[in-house]
Amino acid sequence: MSGRGGAGRTTFLGMPATAPPGVGNLRGTEPFPAAARRALGDAQLRRNLRHATGTIRAKSAAVIDEVPDWPQLRAAGRAIKADTMARLPELLEQLEAAVTAAGGTVHWATDAVEANRIVTELVQATGADRVMKVKSMATQEIGLNEALEAAGIEPVETDLAELIVQLGDDRPSHILVPAIHRNRAEIREIFLRAMPGVDPALTDEPAVLAAAARRHLRETFLATRVAVSGANFAVAETGTLAVVESEGNGRMCLTLPETLITVMGIEKVIPRWADLGVFLQLLPRASTGERMNPYTSLWTGVTPGDGPQQVHLVLLDNGRSAVLADEVGRQALHCIRCSACLNVCPVYERTGGHAYGSVYPGPIGAVLSPQLTGVADNASLPYASSLCGACYDACPVMIDIPSILVHLRAQAPHPRTEAAAMAAAAYTMDHPALYAAAQRAAGLGRLAGRALPPPLNGWTASRDMPAAPPQTFRQWWAEHRSGS
Amino acid sequence: MTGREVVLARLRAALAGAPPAVPEPGPAPRDRGDRPPGHPDLLDRLAGRLTDYRAEVHRVAGAGVAEAVAGILAAAGARTVVVPAGLPAQWRPGAVEVLVDDGLPATRLARLDAVVTAAAVAVAETGTIILDAGADQGRRAISLLPDLHVCVVHPEQVVAGVPEALARLTPDRPLTWISGPSATSDIELNRVEGVHGPRRLHVVLTDG
Ligand code: SF4
Repeated sequence: MSGRGGAGRTTFLGMPATAPPGVGNLRGTEPFPAAARRALGDAQLRRNLRHATGTIRAKSAAVIDEVPDWPQLRAAGRAIKADTMARLPELLEQLEAAVTAAGGTVHWATDAVEANRIVTELVQATGADRVMKVKSMATQEIGLNEALEAAGIEPVETDLAELIVQLGDDRPSHILVPAIHRNRAEIREIFLRAMPGVDPALTDEPAVLAAAARRHLRETFLATRVAVSGANFAVAETGTLAVVESEGNGRMCLTLPETLITVMGIEKVIPRWADLGVFLQLLPRASTGERMNPYTSLWTGVTPGDGPQQVHLVLLDNGRSAVLADEVGRQALHCIRCSACLNVCPVYERTGGHAYGSVYPGPIGAVLSPQLTGVADNASLPYASSLCGACYDACPVMIDIPSILVHLRAQAPHPRTEAAAMAAAAYTMDHPALYAAAQRAAGLGRLAGRALPPPLNGWTASRDMPAAPPQTFRQWWAEHRSGS
Repeated sequence: MTGREVVLARLRAALAGAPPAVPEPGPAPRDRGDRPPGHPDLLDRLAGRLTDYRAEVHRVAGAGVAEAVAGILAAAGARTVVVPAGLPAQWRPGAVEVLVDDGLPATRLARLDAVVTAAAVAVAETGTIILDAGADQGRRAISLLPDLHVCVVHPEQVVAGVPEALARLTPDRPLTWISGPSATSDIELNRVEGVHGPRRLHVVLTDG
């Protein structure tokens, strides 16, 4: 893959390029095994994760069970995404034309640095010194908050989990629920410590904590003139953007300010209006385990007299062109960020999201982050998996994550790590029975899907079996624990 | 090269080697023998799913809307109510202070107790009410800031599933899909009702 290295930058300006280092949150500060080892030592973290992912798996299975054509919906989702990637340049041009015709302004950002500059300048042009944000993976990826703060602009996260992370001076650990590693008692502590004017009699009842967040953010919603959002989908044929959410903070940010700036990875475009019918059925059931999330907002440019009158869309590459260039790895761009693969992953459940370093944790992070940065910069992530196949079975758009992991392992130089860290972590990894089961299954040609509980097991029937991995997680671990 | 030219050139280069194979999507993902809009089964399903997600459903005869709306507002103790300009006059509650929205500032809307709107489409399978900012629904802000939302739905607006709803909607209007009151799953992944949007959603479902 080209595009890495300073010397090539000018020559290869129009060639696929990975995300630049030194900006944003795609690279961890230490390799996965070292970070995982520390996480494995945190019993509270593991309890929180086990409880949360168990809850969501059960809810999701129940509502997926209600949909008789779920396999066909998944196949349709995969086909639409493959078609999108095959026509990505044309669809983006079509999207740009439609958004522009509806009164919006489209900006193109080659990487995180460009995107941060574009957004900062747009905010500065309004004269505002504060923006409110509705959760967006893309803006976390590029480190927008840090860039805004450096320019003297205060970003306020309005999603409850993001608020918990921001007030706790913490990092997100899950795509959907960034504070999944915190339980209610810890959240209460954070609110008592960092939320101005909070009621000192605050209890740890989830409803009470949610009400505290409502009071805390009300004034922000009413008084902030600029909002920054992400987008779950963008319809090329109509120029329509979609935000799927639960709390109503998205509606506030999309409706009340004068200026709305949406930052979106280029892979989020979908061809047709009718395609929303597939994804709006797949996403909530796979994601929060609901038939439909409480709120979905769709908007097309500017509506006179209703909502923001200045509407911007920033289209972000930041390594995606490099992912698209990889014939095996490009499926990672199909991801609709539902987080189902995290919730079923035995490695994620034990290590949590922080161990992955990048804002994209779990199985999708293990295949997306190394491709966005170039494998050398995230070399241990392709090994952060037991290849049990649960992620593939759970994925609503049928991304074959195990095959991409195997493909990336072939490119990844085995990272050097400290023997002691490996030994300690491997000991813990060795004990949960699920690991052993998953690894045995992997050795048998990855039939692990059969061992999953219904309805996950039904999904494995027709999937392609990737070639046996050259090296399993445990073999790799065993080799490296000795410091070789 | 501009950013636009660079990104597009990169993507074309990325696809030049081997464009992705596009799998056949298979049979159209939907032939469930679903009922036509307004079918009694769909109304029952909508009511059930709304209730499941903690919305309150009131099923009334077409002529009983005003009485139902007034009853909901009274029971909630709502004294100030905003309505969109195009709301049918006979639905307007009498015993409370009614403001017809003419671009009220957000700070004013936030101090009102309730909003009464119509809907554009409802989805039975998912328990979803869809507003399209039509004259009887109003600007998005009016159904967002008051804490109680009363929404009147007619049978012919109720379709089976999401694809049928999209076919009836047009992208040139801002759309708000509402499935129950504001909620969060951010604390231990348990659903809790009541964050930033209206904490109470009452749906008045008529029989014609
Ligand atoms: S890879 Fe699939 S399962 Fe994982 S977050 Fe993306 S869409 Fe969901």
